[in-house]
Amino acid sequence: MSTDTAHAADDHGHEHAHHDPKWYSPSRWLFSTNHKDIGTLYLIFALCAGTVGFIFSGIMRVELMHPGLQLFDGKAFGGFFGNEDNYNVITTMHGLIMIFFMVMPALIGGFGNWFVPLMIGAPDMAMPRMNNISFWLMPASFFLLILSMFMPAQATGTGTGFGGGWVMYPPLSSTVGHSGIAMDLVIFSLHIAGISSILGAINFIVTILNMRAPGMTLHKMPLFAWSVLVTAFLLVLALPVLAGALTMLLTDRNFGSKFFVPAGGGDPIMFQHLFWFFGHPEVYIMILPGFGIISHVISTFSKKPVFGYLGMAYAMVAIGFIGFIVWAHHMYTVGMNVNLKAYFVAATMIIAVPTGIKIFSWIATMWGGSIEFKVPMLWAIGFIFLFTVGGVTGVVLANAGVDHALHDTYYVVAHFHYVLSLGAVFTLFCGWYYWFEKMWGVKYNGFLGGLHFWLTFIGSNVIFFPQHFLGLQGMPRRYVDYTPAFEHWHTISTYGYMIVAAGMVIFFISLAEAAIRRRKAEANPWGEGATTLEWTLSSPPPFHQYNDLPRVR
Amino acid sequence: MADGAAKHDYHLVKPSPWPILASIGVLLLFLGGGAYMKGIFGIPKGTWWAPLPGVAWLAWVLTGWWSDVLKESRGGDHTEVVQISLRYGMALFIASEVMFFVAWFWEFFEMAIFHQLRANGHFDLANPDLEALKGWSNWPVTQITPDGAKQLHTFNPFGLPLVNTLILLLSGTTVTWAHHALQVNDRTSAKIGLLLTILLGMSFTFFQAMEYSEAKFTFDGSLYGSAFFMATGFHGAHVIIGTLFLIVCLARLLTGGMKPNKHLGFEFAAWYWHFVDVVWLFLFVFVYVAPTLVWPGGAEPG
Repeated sequence: MSTDTAHAADDHGHEHAHHDPKWYSPSRWLFSTNHKDIGTLYLIFALCAGTVGFIFSGIMRVELMHPGLQLFDGKAFGGFFGNEDNYNVITTMHGLIMIFFMVMPALIGGFGNWFVPLMIGAPDMAMPRMNNISFWLMPASFFLLILSMFMPAQATGTGTGFGGGWVMYPPLSSTVGHSGIAMDLVIFSLHIAGISSILGAINFIVTILNMRAPGMTLHKMPLFAWSVLVTAFLLVLALPVLAGALTMLLTDRNFGSKFFVPAGGGDPIMFQHLFWFFGHPEVYIMILPGFGIISHVISTFSKKPVFGYLGMAYAMVAIGFIGFIVWAHHMYTVGMNVNLKAYFVAATMIIAVPTGIKIFSWIATMWGGSIEFKVPMLWAIGFIFLFTVGGVTGVVLANAGVDHALHDTYYVVAHFHYVLSLGAVFTLFCGWYYWFEKMWGVKYNGFLGGLHFWLTFIGSNVIFFPQHFLGLQGMPRRYVDYTPAFEHWHTISTYGYMIVAAGMVIFFISLAEAAIRRRKAEANPWGEGATTLEWTLSSPPPFHQYNDLPRVR
Repeated sequence: MADGAAKHDYHLVKPSPWPILASIGVLLLFLGGGAYMKGIFGIPKGTWWAPLPGVAWLAWVLTGWWSDVLKESRGGDHTEVVQISLRYGMALFIASEVMFFVAWFWEFFEMAIFHQLRANGHFDLANPDLEALKGWSNWPVTQITPDGAKQLHTFNPFGLPLVNTLILLLSGTTVTWAHHALQVNDRTSAKIGLLLTILLGMSFTFFQAMEYSEAKFTFDGSLYGSAFFMATGFHGAHVIIGTLFLIVCLARLLTGGMKPNKHLGFEFAAWYWHFVDVVWLFLFVFVYVAPTLVWPGGAEPG
């Protein structure tokens, strides 16, 4: 069965359907080989998974609002939330969902699929069918992850879900900690997500290297395409190492191997090395596509070309490279040699250089520009400020000596939420509002978009800034209960969550408003500042664009 | 379609049911694996056939999917520029496979060199080379048996492992012979070369199985056993996959497929085969030979 029946009459070769498939045609979505449709599927998937992850964070904030147990006491709401172990399951799932099923599918699968081909002047991705399996593996993976939450934590059948944290360190993740099938399902889920990301990454690299429009050299390529190119290389090189580590964990759990079992000569620390060799590039995988989006938005709304284009591109390459040689700064407290720590401190601090190049180049792009504070620009400027805060606390944590005090405290939680939840997620909404009209062919309400931004900006700072104080006071991560001394900032943090939740409500209202009002979109709503190729197309673009390849001079 | 026929050589693939079906197959396979390992949905732990439906489903999907690729190739969809894409894609896939083996080698090296450091916390930084050598010389240490810890005996690398090394190196030359023959349209030589490669690959797998059966250490007896069997086992799995890949190429050659100037499937099978070959060389040097060089008395007498 090589063709969908609707297209069976078509001859093979370079012709395609003589009419676009209808939007409600099931085969259009289930069997898609169209990069824009697959991008849309990714965005819808990320929206659903992100909502689940966001609800999980709300459950955590309600639990942590006051000392003692609120939800996880085995009694609240008829024991719906279970006991303290289930709190750990919720934190674990929140982390895994937000990373693998929200940020990555949205930024890389969603915007990458939609806009890499459009920006480089390509009619589609290089391997459109492989593109589709990259997507369809994600629901399978997500199903296994959610299923794990309802499966026995222990082989004896007690407990549900895996609560060992998203990093899955043995012995918490080995038979000692979680002997039940829940952890095996988490391993399977991440194996599948990893296959999906590797295939997707290969597709992006091939597309970018081989399908740029005539005249578009790498040094003329838009920065978002650059960012996805670097990200894709990180995925291809980092994810297989995670697959190896997870496979070792699986055989340790089920077939008696001794990789992480000290009694047999193995070492659990080895898992941490393998995990973070993947895990550190992973944080750049999450933020680099966002860097690309921010560059375009800042340039568009300052009506200036981005400052230091080549420096911006190669700063991302440098970040990607250095990202591979700093992994052990996540492991300062495992008892590693002090000389090794010295190396990892130095290497980690080096990352501040290319990151600084990017921050200052964005500011220099705005400098002297004719700035318009449209909704995407608000998110972009918010991102620059908040990501800088997260970057600065990162420099603090990079110091091994300081980290011995702050490791696994709320200071770390605050740090990585400033770079991810206030960094990557801000770039995500930035891209969403920047390309909304291009993707959906309708306009959004600017007031609602602005309100969404301000509620999220204020709310997320109220959530996470006090967590710096909590961390410095010694509040550990992943604790369901705490001494009343920490209550003040925890309560304020939960108020912040309520503000962000109000922002999310506004976000969904804005979606409904745009869908109901259906104000016709313009091909280029942003004017002279928007110079990349996607703005030369209609909004939404035709089902197959660039039948006549654009030429770049 | 609104804007005229395509004036480019890219391949806009038609909608295909295979990706979503493959995803279902992967789900079946992993749920079956979970059922075998732990038991799920009422299927008891140890149900050996539980993964088979997923395997069968995926075999069906992949056959259908790759048949479509062949049809498209014969239909002229694989233009010059599309061929470049496919080459990049295969090269990147092999790169990701290399990184997968990096994980296993990393585990092996780290444990071989630093296991004393991990056990005793001692590592003399003034003499790092000497310390590393000391680590190697005590590696692999012991294995756990029902009678307590015992001295572990590794393979003599210059018996079967050396034979297997020669087999794989020879198969690398026969596959190159077949490739050159195909390029000059000497199809008979190409078929003979490819057949020889497949037979050599199969004999490698046979000897590897024989070696496994003679092992004096076990998978679950020590870290060495785990690392040895997983690294060589994953390599062996790749040999089998590579052999299947070559068999498909031979079938296509025999049925008139593959042109002197266009035979991507053959090239990819050959790339993959060389990759498998190189992984083996690393395994042979570091997993088989190196420990015996610095560790007197460990290897079983040849």
